Amino acid sequence: MNISLPTPSNAPEGGALPLRLCVDGVSVQRAGRRIIDNIGFKLVEGEALVVTGRNGAGKSTLLRALAGLLPIGQGAIRLNSGPLEVELAQNAHYLAHADGMKLALSVEENLHFWAHYLADAPHPRSQSIPQALSLAGLTHALHAPFGALSAGQKRRAALARLLVVHRPLWLLDEPMTALDQASRIRFAQAMRAHCAEGGLIVVATHEPLGFETTRELAL
Amino acid sequence: MTPLSTSPLWALFLREWRVARRIGGSGAMGVVFFLTFVTLVPFAIGADPNLLARIGPAILWIAALMASLLSFDRLFQADAEDGSLDLLHLGSSPLELVVLVKCLAHWAASGLPLILAAPFLGLMLQQEPIALGGVVATLLAGTPALTLIGGIGAAATVTVRRGGLLMALLVLPLTIPILIFGVSAAQAASGGSVPFLSPFLILCAMTLAAFALCPFAIAAALRYLGE
Repeated sequence: MNISLPTPSNAPEGGALPLRLCVDGVSVQRAGRRIIDNIGFKLVEGEALVVTGRNGAGKSTLLRALAGLLPIGQGAIRLNSGPLEVELAQNAHYLAHADGMKLALSVEENLHFWAHYLADAPHPRSQSIPQALSLAGLTHALHAPFGALSAGQKRRAALARLLVVHRPLWLLDEPMTALDQASRIRFAQAMRAHCAEGGLIVVATHEPLGFETTRELAL
Repeated sequence: MTPLSTSPLWALFLREWRVARRIGGSGAMGVVFFLTFVTLVPFAIGADPNLLARIGPAILWIAALMASLLSFDRLFQADAEDGSLDLLHLGSSPLELVVLVKCLAHWAASGLPLILAAPFLGLMLQQEPIALGGVVATLLAGTPALTLIGGIGAAATVTVRRGGLLMALLVLPLTIPILIFGVSAAQAASGGSVPFLSPFLILCAMTLAAFALCPFAIAAALRYLGE
């Protein structure tokens, strides 16, 4: 049975059931070519998995498949909250090379939209937009049009999107691209805090993340 | 049930509306194209008031069709390029409703201005007040269907660079029934052998059918191409 995570009204803070991501023998084909072959891992709450591999090894494909954006040929991907299976797409954040923001809107308008679109009701762990922007180091750009930001600032706004809506599973594809050193440290802190609160992270990257991940998967 | 003001789909409608207004784009541009097209017609066929009065509704309809065709190609492509399309899949709303809301917002931002401009342009084509009313009523009933059919073309060409021409080729044949009944109802409004209501109600029925069917076609195309 697929249900959403308990809504804030019936889930006391910190009282949610432990989360577990199970990936069993997943294979993905794209354009007739098998890109991912029989990948399996389990991730329990608080764990972060780093996916490494050469270019074209299928890191992005794996993350898209985990987010439900690609159909999987074989195997199963499940997100369990305690004994119940929950809808993965509605409990996952997906951050790839594109930021998902409209250039014509301000940073605040963009984040406001995603905060309302991705969550039916505000979650107690969701941050307000100013809080999220200050964690991302972008407070000064609240009202700036997104199109006027530099590549690194856009990335920081995309990080703020992960914070304005609380979702337990983060699927990050090369999140550190274009970030400067200070921002990388901030991003690493945000990931560490997310894990400490019981979140799960799957991150594909070539670069050192700056925080001690528990698991590694080489493709 | 969440109240409308905080519902995800309302947030999406507002975002689409804001983006469309902000880029200063599709709405105003469509109206200017509409104006240019209608202005060109008397130059091409001569300024005979009787002739213009007879073919005016048809010209307004073709101009509205062309003007709305111009605005379709970015409907989903912009979202695909900036990554929003992937994230729209991750919401709690079904993709069919998401694309329906996008189409409605697009219609409100670029179709509605055309309808508001149509009576003024109709005056340039020697239209009687009753004929102007007929054109506005038929455009109001028919353009939502044009937007939804255009949405299918936009979704099918979402991964094609410069897919505008291909999209026009896909969409134009599908709009022929709308055009036939839209124009015949608009012409029937100013007299003729056909009563106004019979083609108008068929036009309304086609728009309702487009509302019911097109979102599924659009969502299916986006899912398939998203792979």
